Amino acid sequence: MADDTEISSPAATLVAEPGPETAGRRTMILNMGPQHPSTHGVLRIVLELDGETIVKARPDIGFLHTGIEKECEAKFYQQVVPLTDRVDYLANLSNNLCYCLAVEKLLGIEVPRAAQWMRVMLTELTRINSHLVWLGTHALDIGAMTVFFYCFRERETICKLFEKFSGQRMMTSYFRIGGLALEPPRGWQQAAGGFLKHFPANVDEYEDLLDKNPIWLRRTQRVGQVPLERMLDLGVTGPMIRAAGISWDIRKSEPYSGYDEFDFEVPTRTENDVWARYRVRMEELRQSWRIATQALEGMPGGPWMAAAPKVVLPDREKMKTQMEALIYHFKIVTEGFRVPAGDVYQCIESPRGELGYYVVSDGTSKPHRVFMRTPSFGNLQVLPAMLEGRLIADSIASLGSVDFVLGDVDR
Amino acid sequence: MLSEELTQIPAISALAESYGAAILEGGLSRGEAALYVDPVRIIEICRFLKDEQGFSRLSGVTAVDWHPVEPRFEVVYLLQSLPAGQGGPPQTARLRLKCRLHGEAPEIDSVYGVWRGADWYEREVFDLFGIRFREHPNLTRILLPEGWQGHPLRRDYPKHGHKYDYGEET
Repeated sequence: MADDTEISSPAATLVAEPGPETAGRRTMILNMGPQHPSTHGVLRIVLELDGETIVKARPDIGFLHTGIEKECEAKFYQQVVPLTDRVDYLANLSNNLCYCLAVEKLLGIEVPRAAQWMRVMLTELTRINSHLVWLGTHALDIGAMTVFFYCFRERETICKLFEKFSGQRMMTSYFRIGGLALEPPRGWQQAAGGFLKHFPANVDEYEDLLDKNPIWLRRTQRVGQVPLERMLDLGVTGPMIRAAGISWDIRKSEPYSGYDEFDFEVPTRTENDVWARYRVRMEELRQSWRIATQALEGMPGGPWMAAAPKVVLPDREKMKTQMEALIYHFKIVTEGFRVPAGDVYQCIESPRGELGYYVVSDGTSKPHRVFMRTPSFGNLQVLPAMLEGRLIADSIASLGSVDFVLGDVDR
Repeated sequence: MLSEELTQIPAISALAESYGAAILEGGLSRGEAALYVDPVRIIEICRFLKDEQGFSRLSGVTAVDWHPVEPRFEVVYLLQSLPAGQGGPPQTARLRLKCRLHGEAPEIDSVYGVWRGADWYEREVFDLFGIRFREHPNLTRILLPEGWQGHPLRRDYPKHGHKYDYGEET
């Protein structure tokens, strides 16, 4: 904390000279983050305050930049899959799915229906998982502590389910180019069914804690509003834009992985405030539950991997008995597989919005370029519009309503 | 000129009518339309697509480096139309615009004036590729620290073993 005139670098480099509206008034620079708990990661925001009002907000990102896009260029196509988990670590399977779909599009591979449905079920569980973390921490930020425990109780079940499938709770890397990494474990139906059976009652429980809570309502209603045109102009996607009245969901508008076979609704609100974003995500929990239940009940049989021996690793048993399988295995592992030259942009609806992978192939076994159009990066641009001119006390609620993941922002 | 299947897309045929000379090349592969356009006229084209053809969203801006081929850089704009009508799933269309830029002092006009969302994406391309966007209001590094040497996503930037002192000496 210091006066505008006294602040030393680097904050001084981020905040412009006092603007015309602030000229003549003494403002204060407040540095929020990068370790502020409500930023859920390492986001730094330089706030220029006039009393309790935020005059300017400058997000400073990049603390979690790991150069994943560069790293992808040094890996074989199949080796990139585990890197995508680390981008948005709360929606790991969404990232796996998007990358796999992009490469499958380049290769022209058709994934078996059973694998598509399993992917749908697991990405919907990922959405539930991600929304639960968001709800718990968002409520915690605003002061409703109990919700956190309830949310993490169910999240734990999902993490255990993921562990059952892939051996990992968070960095699952369960999807592979051409299908799934492993056959689903024995008893997965009971495990998934057991969770899904109780989940609607759990959502009611979270709502009981918040929906009529006067503190929650006063802290979220009419807070963090941004004009819809501004949001569209800034490229905001996902629950944020749906809470502003646009019924746009990529699962409906550009269906992928068999989403057109499922029956679900796209919840929207028109209030466009923190509360509306909360309501939209709560409804999404229910819709995700609907999709996951449909996938569980109607799970088709059949193979889990595409019949593409040059791309998909062979069955372990075949490797021991068939020369061809052994050769393919050796080739895929040591030299990767060649992908026809070209570029594709594949986008999916991640829990946070439009997640897109732009993959450019030059015909070799390593991607020439992988660009990750991450929803958090796009949505975070709205922060200045959301915070400026508002009270500093509302900034925490507004931040939480964006639901960003810093790994997703910085890559 | 553009192939027949491309000109069947209304937005592209309208663009070809008004800005035919600025469209250098176009292709439709795997159901995705991409146009190479003249970098000098990028703002006009984007404005036309946004105002007249309903491409109200810019999903992102990125770049591809084809080093050592010249012109080595390709700036890629991911456009999307999102009909304003409410209720029912909107029929969206996507279009990619690409601009080729030479490696020596690569520069292109910023589309910040068309879509505000271009702000961070252009800063990211500047940061990681070293492509300058003219008239961008705040063209500074966004992910890497200020004072970082080089632009990591260029193909001639080493994948491992860069030397950087994290500014301790200064």
